[in-house]
Amino acid sequence: MATTVAPHTPQLARPHVPARSVRSELRAIRAVWRRELIRFSRDRLRILTSLIQPFLFLFVLGTGLSSLVSSSTHGVNFRTFIYPGVLCMAVMFTAMFSAASIVWDREFGFLREMMVAPVRRSSIVLGKCAGGATVAAFQGVIVMAIGPLVGVHYTLGLALEVFALQLLLAFSITAFGMMAAARVTQMQSFMALMQMAIMPMFFLSGAMFPVNNLPTWLAVLNRLDPLTYAVDPMRRAVFAHLNISPLVRHALAPGVTWWGWHVPGLLEAAMVAIIGLVMLAIAIAEFSAVE
Amino acid sequence: MSEPAISVQGLTKTYDEIEAVRGIDFEVARGETFGFLGPNGAGKSTTISMLCTLARPTGGSARVAGMDVVSERDSVRRNIGLVFQDTTLDNYLSAEQNLHLHAELYGMPREAIAPRMQTVLEMLQLWERRESLVGTFSGGMKRRLEIARGLLHSPRVLFLDEPTIGFDPQTRSSIWSYITKLEDEQDVTIFLTTHYMDEAEYCDRIAIIDRGRIVALDTPEALKASVGKDRVRITTDDDEAAIAALGERFGIEAQVAEGEVTFGVESGEQFVPRLFSELGLSIRSVSVARPSLDDVFMSYTGSTIRDAEAGSTDMMRNMARMMSR
Repeated sequence: MATTVAPHTPQLARPHVPARSVRSELRAIRAVWRRELIRFSRDRLRILTSLIQPFLFLFVLGTGLSSLVSSSTHGVNFRTFIYPGVLCMAVMFTAMFSAASIVWDREFGFLREMMVAPVRRSSIVLGKCAGGATVAAFQGVIVMAIGPLVGVHYTLGLALEVFALQLLLAFSITAFGMMAAARVTQMQSFMALMQMAIMPMFFLSGAMFPVNNLPTWLAVLNRLDPLTYAVDPMRRAVFAHLNISPLVRHALAPGVTWWGWHVPGLLEAAMVAIIGLVMLAIAIAEFSAVE
Repeated sequence: MSEPAISVQGLTKTYDEIEAVRGIDFEVARGETFGFLGPNGAGKSTTISMLCTLARPTGGSARVAGMDVVSERDSVRRNIGLVFQDTTLDNYLSAEQNLHLHAELYGMPREAIAPRMQTVLEMLQLWERRESLVGTFSGGMKRRLEIARGLLHSPRVLFLDEPTIGFDPQTRSSIWSYITKLEDEQDVTIFLTTHYMDEAEYCDRIAIIDRGRIVALDTPEALKASVGKDRVRITTDDDEAAIAALGERFGIEAQVAEGEVTFGVESGEQFVPRLFSELGLSIRSVSVARPSLDDVFMSYTGSTIRDAEAGSTDMMRNMARMMSR
């Protein structure tokens, strides 16, 4: 007689969610960061369109203006001159769009899924910022790759230096965007606000012109612009590797001065980092305050 | 464990002088499916928000899965699953990626993620579509995926806020077939809100909430039995006169609901012939029905759920949402 086996009833295991710990917060940060990367890799169109602007500046504006300004660039191609500025620009705009994604998240409800999770809000904001910064820095790498076309040949040292600066700038801009996104909940208003902030910052930063011998009003605005302190070390790093005379280097990449004192590149980078951290702290506080 | 899954005492919530919830008390036993029934603006969503730790109570206390929603907020969050009225999925991720992100956010043990994901996806019949982008899903599939996600971390209590709002009847009944199945298969308590009377029938017990207060709480059967009488609805040329005449000749208190004069009598079929001969007014149509939850609602709140909603501003919001679906 055949024995009948009782039908197997699956035991309902209850994998309890463990209590909050540093490890669980790190996992949350990583998960939010990964989501940004997955979404970016899916969005081929965004990768492509965000490259259009740097190309326009570099090859259209750069080529068009080079005949006009050739007398004052001491034999250095104008495209080469604006290249560090364009590196910053590519990162800036991508970072801005990354930050905008949190506004979309809110609009499409996904933000709620993250906000109700049993993790700190700071982990969510940190993950978002890290994701935005990584995506923007990656975009920057593509612009780095076109360096040889404008006479900038990378050594490993220069590549690392440029990449580090890009990462730093991308982080600060994303933090700025997150801070704004905590308050501005409508996509249209958010984009308008970002345009309003980013465009003057870009033009004042000296991405398109040397920052010495400016009229006082412009010099003051330039020194107040946080982006100045990202563009300047970028240009100095690139120009240090160009095969040009010290005189030309001094004329084209004079460095930012405060009342005649040359601000060291490291201090400039530190300023960008500190501004980014302060904005990140504000963003965390604002997102934590929401019920 | 004998402790109830949810226990609420004197819970209130006030938003800028508006009392959304005015002191409610109830308990939900483990494994029970408990429905909160009421028109929009009655305080259903506010109550669910407080139980889910998304809104701080103004007064009173609530314990979910044995933990206080204010002082043990994180523990409560780890032990509940949430399905909101509006979808909260990432359309640009696959079903699997959405669930994986959830598992990471809830700190699920790594080795438990894959088998549990398969269990919930199979249960909601989405396993075959696990690699598809959520953006390609229909509304009903998205809702199922959200239920799967809500169950992923094996919560003790699953909250469903208007789980079927805005769906066509077919999708609604399909979603309900999954909810009732999950009630059988999972060791989980379900707390849901709805303003569809027919859905309240699926619940073990329901609480009728009106203007921030619980006006009735029992099993659907007991509530219907408590109304007892048959409901008679008539349309006349002069409702005012008809109500007056009903009171005068039969001693019946009638109300106007949804454009019809409505009242309850012991045995409707036998009453109708008397009504025609003795009312002395012309009657254009008449209908008699056994008590339904609509009638229960009406007898406790004095209006139908649709009438109660007609005056509510939430109505506009729901309409907008339905259209955008």
